[in-house]
Parts: sequence; C-alpha cells; structure tokens
Amino acid sequence: MSVGSQSKISRPNHRRGSAGDDKSRWDEVSVSALVPKMRTEDLHAYFGQTEVLKGISLQIAEKQVTAVIGPSGCGKSTFVRCLNRMHEVVPGARATGQVLLDKQDIYQGDVDAVRVRRRVGMVFQKPNPFPTMSIRDNVLAGLRLNGERPDDPDAVVEKMLQRVALWDEVKDILGRAGTGLSGGQQQRLCIARSLALEPEVLLMDEPCSALDPIATARVEELIHELRKSYTIVIVTHNMQQAARVANFTAFFYLGKLIEHDRTDVIFTRPKEPRTEDYITGRFG
Amino acid sequence: MLSRYARRKLADVVVRSACVIATLIALVPLISVLYYVTVRGIGGINVEFFTELPKPVGESGGGMGNALVGTLKLVFLACAFGIPPGVLAGVYLAEFGESRFGRLVRFSADVMSGVPSITVGIFVYSLVVLQAKHFSAFAGGVALAVLMLPTVTRTTEELLKLVPESLREAALGLGVPKWRATLRVMLRTAAPGIATGVMLAVARVAGETAPLLFTAFSNPFWSSGLNEPTASLPMNIYNYAVSPYEEWHRQAWAAALVLLLLVLLLNISARLLVRSRVGAR
Repeated sequence: MSVGSQSKISRPNHRRGSAGDDKSRWDEVSVSALVPKMRTEDLHAYFGQTEVLKGISLQIAEKQVTAVIGPSGCGKSTFVRCLNRMHEVVPGARATGQVLLDKQDIYQGDVDAVRVRRRVGMVFQKPNPFPTMSIRDNVLAGLRLNGERPDDPDAVVEKMLQRVALWDEVKDILGRAGTGLSGGQQQRLCIARSLALEPEVLLMDEPCSALDPIATARVEELIHELRKSYTIVIVTHNMQQAARVANFTAFFYLGKLIEHDRTDVIFTRPKEPRTEDYITGRFG
Repeated sequence: MLSRYARRKLADVVVRSACVIATLIALVPLISVLYYVTVRGIGGINVEFFTELPKPVGESGGGMGNALVGTLKLVFLACAFGIPPGVLAGVYLAEFGESRFGRLVRFSADVMSGVPSITVGIFVYSLVVLQAKHFSAFAGGVALAVLMLPTVTRTTEELLKLVPESLREAALGLGVPKWRATLRVMLRTAAPGIATGVMLAVARVAGETAPLLFTAFSNPFWSSGLNEPTASLPMNIYNYAVSPYEEWHRQAWAAALVLLLLVLLLNISARLLVRSRVGAR
C-alpha cells in the first residue's frame, strides 16, 4: 500500500528542529504545504529478473532529512541508488517509473546520468577516499575528475573541510593520504568530497554502519548542520539514528513503501501494524 | 599417546621445516647461477667491454658495446610496441571481459603466453622480415613485443580487478563519466602494480634469444637506426659460447653477467616503484 499521498510535509517557515521537538506545531503540519525536492512515481527496480522495488511513490521534502528504514533486503539501498541513477551501474540492473528532481524526470531518455549525479551526491556505506590522493586532492577530486579547475583550490578545500568539521583535525596534514585517517574522519572526508560539487541533494547509504559510536555521533551532528543547506536522504538500519537525525521517515518492507510520515509519528503512533512491529523489534 | 597440544606442536615443527627445506632447495639454482656467472664473468668486464666493438678472432680485447646498445634498443622497441596495446587490452578485459569476445581474448592471451618463443620468432620472420627482405632491430622489437603482450595484458587485468569496486562507485557518484573513472581512478590506483608487472615482462624478454634469431639477427658492428640487423647480448652470448675460442668464451660469460645485472636492475626498479607507493605520503 502506497501512502505517499498521506505524507505530511512541514511548512516552509517551520523551525527545523530534530524530529519530536516542538510538538504542538508539528501536530499542525499539513500535507501539501511544500513542493518536494524529489519525487518518485511508481518506481520499480530490478536486478536481472528479480524485482527489488515494487512501485515506490515517495516525496522527498526540500532541505529536510528523510530517513529510509526497513529490514535487510527491503530495497532501501536500491531506492536511494535510483535517486541518482547509480542503480544502473550494476550490470543487469534497471529501473522503470519516474524519479522527479525539481519536476524533471531524471530517467527520461535525454537526461545524462552523469549530470544527475553531480546534482544528487552520494555517500557510501564504507568510507572510500581515493587511496592515490592526498586529503586535499580527495576534497578536490570531484571537481578535478570532471576537468574543472577552481580558481582558489585551497579556499575550496578549507571551506569543505570546515563544513564537515574536519578542518581542525587535518589542516596540518593536508598532503597525507586520505586513507591514513580514521574511519570516521574518512567518512567526513568523503562527505566533503561530495559537497565540493555543490550538490542539491545528498544521499547517504548507511553512512555510519562502519563507524564506532563516537564517529557516528560526529556524522550525525554533521547531518544536523547540513540539513540547513541540503536535502538529505539517509538509509539506516539503526532506528535510533533515524529518530535522531530525520524529520521524515519512510518504512520499506519487501520492496514496498509501507509508511511515510513525520519521524515522530512513525515512531510514536504509526498507522500500519507492520511499521509498529518493526520499530518495536518484533521482526527484522 | 601424545597430548593434543604436543601433537599440534610436532605437526607445526614438521611442516615448518619442510617449508624451509623446500625454500632452500628452490634457492640453490638461483644462488649457483648468480655465483657461477659472477665468478666466470667478472674477469671479462672492463671499460672496453662496454665501449668497444668485438675484435676478430685471434686479436685480444674488444667488447660488446654494440650488443649492449642493441639490447637496449630492442627492449625500448618492445616496450613501445608491447605496452600500450597490452595495457589497453587489459583494461578492456577488466571492464568488459565478461562478454563472449572478452572471454575469447582472455583465452587467447593465456594460450599466447604459452607459445614457445622460437615460434614467435618465425611468425615475425614471415610477417616482417620476409616483407622487408632483411633483418632489423624493428623486427626484433616486434617479436619481443609479441612475447610481452599476453603478460602485460593479463597483469593489467588482474591488477585492475584488485582495485576495490567502491572506488569506481565513488568516482561515478561524483558525476565522473565511466571512461574517466576507469582511467583516472581505477588505472591510476592500479598503476604501481601494473608498472611492476610490466617491468617483470620487460626483464623476461630482455634475455630472450630465440625470437631474435630470425628477426634482429646479429651484427658485429654498430648498427645505426632501427632498420638494420642488430647485435644483442643474448645473441652474442649464444654465438660466442658455441665458438671454439677461449677468448670468446670469456666474453660470453662477461655478457651473461651484464645481462643478468640488467635484468636485476629492472627487477629492483620495479620493486622500488611499489615501495614508493606504500611510502607515499
């Protein structure tokens, strides 16, 4: 059952606190107050003959954090990979349906997937800085590999590393290999690398699952900061994390969207029994 | 009855000793070759050996300057002809190798690496030498390149496959086109390893004699350009070693030592390349 139409979207002028705070005003939030940044319509995704996503229709609100939760294999990673056309990179993978980015269908024939990925950045589960590049070059990698030469590369490096709160830790070792950093630092470096391209949407595919609790907390703080300027979609198998960082939460099960609502609603009074079963730990 | 622990310890000692002994046995030929060639060859090495032309039989002195230059020339040509197509074919196999054609190419490369080098010599003889109607450094370079090709191709493929797929995803996720991600991230990351593989292939063909028999042939004089028959160290070693003259035998040993050092040098530089990558800041 698709419940995308029931999604409640905050008013544009609403203070963006973490989900759950400021309850009285959240309760008044109405359904169609805001134009979504991205929207999927009847999105199906396949690996060969296997259908992984079975008709997902979901709205992703601008400058909000949307968490995608669900048990392993429910298609949540595949879903975010469809949002910047990384799904089709895997041999045999394809997708049908619509994915609208600012009302433009990114799956239309004449849309260049490479351009989509510059507007919709991605952070992966395992930190993957380029091992042949220094910390500095990693930040600039997206620009350089696209043949761009920023006027003041040092300024870009500092700005991006400041933005991910990594600058103070690495400002004296910018020439060292990015792979020499700790896991949490590497992940923030990878986020800086994505942000250097000035994307509009940032997809995060379980960005903390390879990190320890302290590094996780750092990345979550960062997400709090980033949602002021970016639209963020985060896949997580950690429900506490979803509750902490996301304004909206979508629950996926067996390739279907079961429920999508404000995070506090999903976690306190979900409409679907399956959602309730999952968040209370009865399965998955 | 031994205790479990004692049995395990005993097994450990036995297996470990077997490994050490096997290693020593494997080292015997290597050490003896190095030792023997050094002892026999060191006497023939002097400045003349590197700068002079061979002297006619009966006269003492003379050197193999032309053969040394010839070998370098042949190796250079082999690299120029062999490395670019080899590396690119390796990229093709790593990227698109699961197609039917890809499997065919991989199979051909494997078969080719087992083809006897003299066969490659004959092949290039009929392809290049018979057309040009004379032996040449060019033909020799082509023959060595053909020998290098499968090694370079397969090494490149294997090393590219070792680069984690997550790096490609990282690049693609940054909006980098696939070809650029392949060249500037995948190939760049595998580059030190590929360089090592290529160096080893070069070292291997630098000592080849059979493919040069009908291609570069030999030349007692300096050869100019690439279109003349060219002396090379392996060919000279062969010619001098089968001659009946004591003086020539001495020179053959010296040439063998020089060739050995040349190959050693290539090997060491290959290893340094890898080390510089690990030590890179």
